[in-house]
Amino acid sequence: MSVFAESQTQETFVVNLGPQHPATHGVLRVKLTMDGEYIDRAEPILGYIHRMHEKNAEVGTWAQFMPNTGRMDYLHALAYNFGYSIAVERAAGIEVPERAEYIRVITCELNRISSHLLWFGAFVLDLGGFTPLLYAFDDREQLLDLLETVTGSRLTYCYYRFGGLYNDIDENFVDGSRAFIKRLRSRMPMYHNLVTKNIILMKRLIDIGPISAEMCRKYGATGPVLRGSGINFDVRKNEPYSVYPELDFDVPVYSECDCMARYMVRMDEIDQSMRIIEQALDKLPDGPIKPEKVPKLIKPPKGDYYAAVEAARGTFSIRLVSDGTNKPYRLKLRSPTFSNLSLYEEASKGMLLADALALMGSLDLVIPEIDR
Amino acid sequence: MNLQSEPVWLLVSLVAVIAFAALNAAYLVWVERKGAGHIQRRIGPKEVGPFGLLQPLADGAKLMSKQLLVPKGVDPVLFKVAPILVLVPAIMSFVTIPFSETLVGRDINLGLLMIFAFASVNVLGILIGGWGSRNKYAVISAVRAVSQNIAYEVPMLVIVLSIVMVSHTLNLNEIVRQQAGFFWHWNIFRLDLSLLMPVSFLVFFVCMLAETNRAPFDMAEAESELIAGAFTEYSGMGFGVFFMGEYANIVIGCALAVILFLGGWQCPFGVASGWWWFLIKLYALIWSVVWIRWTYPRTQFYGLLNLSWKILIPIAFVNLILTSAQMKLDNLF
Repeated sequence: MSVFAESQTQETFVVNLGPQHPATHGVLRVKLTMDGEYIDRAEPILGYIHRMHEKNAEVGTWAQFMPNTGRMDYLHALAYNFGYSIAVERAAGIEVPERAEYIRVITCELNRISSHLLWFGAFVLDLGGFTPLLYAFDDREQLLDLLETVTGSRLTYCYYRFGGLYNDIDENFVDGSRAFIKRLRSRMPMYHNLVTKNIILMKRLIDIGPISAEMCRKYGATGPVLRGSGINFDVRKNEPYSVYPELDFDVPVYSECDCMARYMVRMDEIDQSMRIIEQALDKLPDGPIKPEKVPKLIKPPKGDYYAAVEAARGTFSIRLVSDGTNKPYRLKLRSPTFSNLSLYEEASKGMLLADALALMGSLDLVIPEIDR
Repeated sequence: MNLQSEPVWLLVSLVAVIAFAALNAAYLVWVERKGAGHIQRRIGPKEVGPFGLLQPLADGAKLMSKQLLVPKGVDPVLFKVAPILVLVPAIMSFVTIPFSETLVGRDINLGLLMIFAFASVNVLGILIGGWGSRNKYAVISAVRAVSQNIAYEVPMLVIVLSIVMVSHTLNLNEIVRQQAGFFWHWNIFRLDLSLLMPVSFLVFFVCMLAETNRAPFDMAEAESELIAGAFTEYSGMGFGVFFMGEYANIVIGCALAVILFLGGWQCPFGVASGWWWFLIKLYALIWSVVWIRWTYPRTQFYGLLNLSWKILIPIAFVNLILTSAQMKLDNLF
């Protein structure tokens, strides 16, 4: 039920949504030109948290950039670790042992679940429901504790190394992961009963904030936004990397194009990630977690390299240009939320303020990843 | 000294009513925070005093010691008047609430009318506060509050009208007296008076939530959309008074629901009626208001207006017509 304002020549006024506003989850600023409660134009203004990550990469060695990757999308930091590792490994021709690949997939998917859980809570908070946030955080807390034992940090991970990992996982981690999956499996029906099937929530999400497949193509939207528009694209399936081809999982796709579709995609992805982790834990081989010999100072041969991974918010890809020295010549990052936010101006036109904020929440914005 | 003599009773009831309203506002914040804590699997306030019971005092001291900031560009008179306009009518309404047969500030014959007259002033306070703040979020919120209050006052009044028709009086104490005896004499169960009585209680309750700007209808203070709505620019006790007014209005709304539908100070079993029964019912209802707030997400603004104009108002009018038809039939036979 998208309600469009009758565009009569009425007075409009400008409201600054942000950079400090409870609904923007960070320092995003949206300049709203409004006609009453209808949005005439919503112009996102970026640059409040720009940290020159790409330039940073050019002044340090290849390995020194690794911690930066965890500070872009701080909610799914391991996918960014993953993407950068794959890009450099491809460039330098480093083989990754199988055990390391499996552990990478397990930890990356655990991190994806924690990211989606936080989004779930924050999204319902945007819609005015406060309580689910604390339940989601309760679950996420278990995950962070679990990841802390192997990675050493809780949020901005720097766990992967070129060719392997910083640390091997132990029995406690394996048992902990299985226990967590069991726990979350029993909690998901509760979330669906209390939140997904809530009549108020359904009224606020169904048919609100349409994003067509055409619009996604125009702006390069990826991830759950794209899959909520009925397009089956997932880097893990379409451009497989690591050991994903050996694992059996589905890509949830909904073709309703509304906020509810994007909501359901993410909720289903939590289930799929749990399936992936279970299989990976079963198949987990023994062996080393690092290759026999990795040079201390990596100098990839001259050339142009590319790698992409599926992060929680969409396709994260890296293009590397190496000039054969120990520092990257150029490193270009393509972060998913930047493209997903770009369509906001077109998608929110003519919407009511509250609906537009539901739409913004359904895009799952992480601001430090838009402004790198 | 004769307590019932006119000037003494006036003074006593005034002080008692203000104390009751202030105490309720303070401790309902505690109930709200503690209740929210337990609903969300945390503890809630616990540091200040046993079970955090002194927390409201600490909050009050903090709010009073803060500077009452009047930002540049606001309308200073309207800005300062608005909180008072929210709180005073709510306190005035307490005067006619019968806590027990004798414990009532003013047993006047137009008590119900007086409460609704004062309840309409409340929204004026929010409008003036939002308008006087000269803040775009505050203005949006103020406009929302007005259209919401108009939309919900209509079904609420029509429902109350049907109660007035069956009880033939606007005196609140008299309405309670007519519900004496076992609990099936309460208006909510009096299907012999009107077939739709339980439904009309539900409509009244929903309207009451919307009238007091409580979740899921807290459009005026939708923090994820409008930051703090009409109260965005307020600080210190200006904000505190708005807050007290909100809670005082909840108490008034729930008290009305108890009086009109749930038998007021009457005991459910017809023995030992008194103010304690009134308070038990009142706080049970207030608790359900808190419960609802922490369970549901916020409705959409047009969803809220649709609910009122398309569902609640027709139900209210059908109820009114049915009730009058039933009364006429009773007279015939």
